[in-house]
Amino acid sequence: MRFVDEYRDPAAAKSLVNAITRLSGELGRTLRFMEICGGHTHTIYRHGLEQLLPEAVEFVHGPGCPVCVIPMGRVDDAVWLAHQDVIFTTFGDMMRVPGTGGSLLQAQANGADIRFVYSPLDALKIARDNPGREVVFFAVGFETTAPSTAVTVAQAAKLGVENFSVFSNHVLIRPPLEAILGTGGLQLDGFIGPGHVATVVGSDHFQFIPAEHKLPIVVTGFEPLDILQAVDMLLTQYSEGRCEVENQYARVVRPEGNEAARRLLDEVFATRETFEWRGLGYIPHSGYQLAPAYAEFDAERRFTLPGARVADHPACQCGLVLTGQLKPWECRVFGRGCTPERPIGTCMVSPEGACAAYYNFGRLHREAAAIKL
Amino acid sequence: MCLGIPGEVVELLGEDLATVAVNGVKRDISIGLLDGVKVGDWVLVHVGFALSAIDEAEATETLDQIKKLGRVWDEELDAFKETAIR
Repeated sequence: MRFVDEYRDPAAAKSLVNAITRLSGELGRTLRFMEICGGHTHTIYRHGLEQLLPEAVEFVHGPGCPVCVIPMGRVDDAVWLAHQDVIFTTFGDMMRVPGTGGSLLQAQANGADIRFVYSPLDALKIARDNPGREVVFFAVGFETTAPSTAVTVAQAAKLGVENFSVFSNHVLIRPPLEAILGTGGLQLDGFIGPGHVATVVGSDHFQFIPAEHKLPIVVTGFEPLDILQAVDMLLTQYSEGRCEVENQYARVVRPEGNEAARRLLDEVFATRETFEWRGLGYIPHSGYQLAPAYAEFDAERRFTLPGARVADHPACQCGLVLTGQLKPWECRVFGRGCTPERPIGTCMVSPEGACAAYYNFGRLHREAAAIKL
Repeated sequence: MCLGIPGEVVELLGEDLATVAVNGVKRDISIGLLDGVKVGDWVLVHVGFALSAIDEAEATETLDQIKKLGRVWDEELDAFKETAIR
């Protein structure tokens, strides 16, 4: 497949690994790089990149899985909404996320009319095809996905689709990074920057990382060679004494991002005073709600949600995994109480969750590596 | 769900819609977030929207860099292995 297969060439990967190994040896210490985006975590485990690289290069998983960071209380609100005689539309990833009284999948089995959609526009079409029913779209995602919801809401307003509303759980990328960097508990040497968020916000959006936190960041694509090249670029910055934002994913990401998408975000959304994140707690100005001009499409105004704050399952350690403080296999319930079939925490649900990616792919590579040793 | 896939624009449908082909599968998407989309362009598709134009020259450049980088180090390593001072 064009723009995909050529970035999976094993021979090129091998020579890149050699380059990284040499550079890492010259630097003579362990460097820990956080991959912010869950899509990167997935690629790293799926392709066994951890085992290809020298031990002195360590990946730390970050908070960039939008499904994983939704707190339990919001999942409960979604399940409650789904039971209000509505057609509840959602991305498939959210279906198995456990709430206090079960997941959306279980709610569906209990008779709630819940439908998967690939795009928010599919949800709007369902609303137009069912004028007698209320249709709610469960919106999740970072700045990557929020513009799509924004276009859909603007379209609903233009067409006057009165039976459509959005339960917005859209979040922003910078606040959780500031939260993680601000705690100081986590020793990091740089970031593999989120390529798809950057298509919207632009690679320049991450200038605060070198400027304020003195760490390098390389905005990166999602194929194995992209990630290996990003590691090489980060190590090269150290080797040459530089600390800056670099863009490895220039084929897709521009420094200024997608200005049309950002204008729409500003028009359709307003930043919330605060928003709760799983594992990170409440972070000021970190979530989007619909702007006053579009309030009539806001499910949180149309329905009176329970809105309860619910603590995570006591055994669940997703919070520590999401902030890079714990590796998936170090969680006390990993693979025992918590599996992709019967997840306790969100990190085991989404394919982009660190635990699910490690459970499905990573542990096999690790076991294979251990046998070779 | 955060994934984006490269698709080739095969037809413009008007009203900010276009048909794209992804790995042989055709589907209609919105091009409302991207200006100046033409038939034959490659775009990154995310949840039914073209989010960004894929720059062919940059794609080639990145691959060239990757290959060159690997080659230089490999040659260096081969040369290193060949040294026989004693």
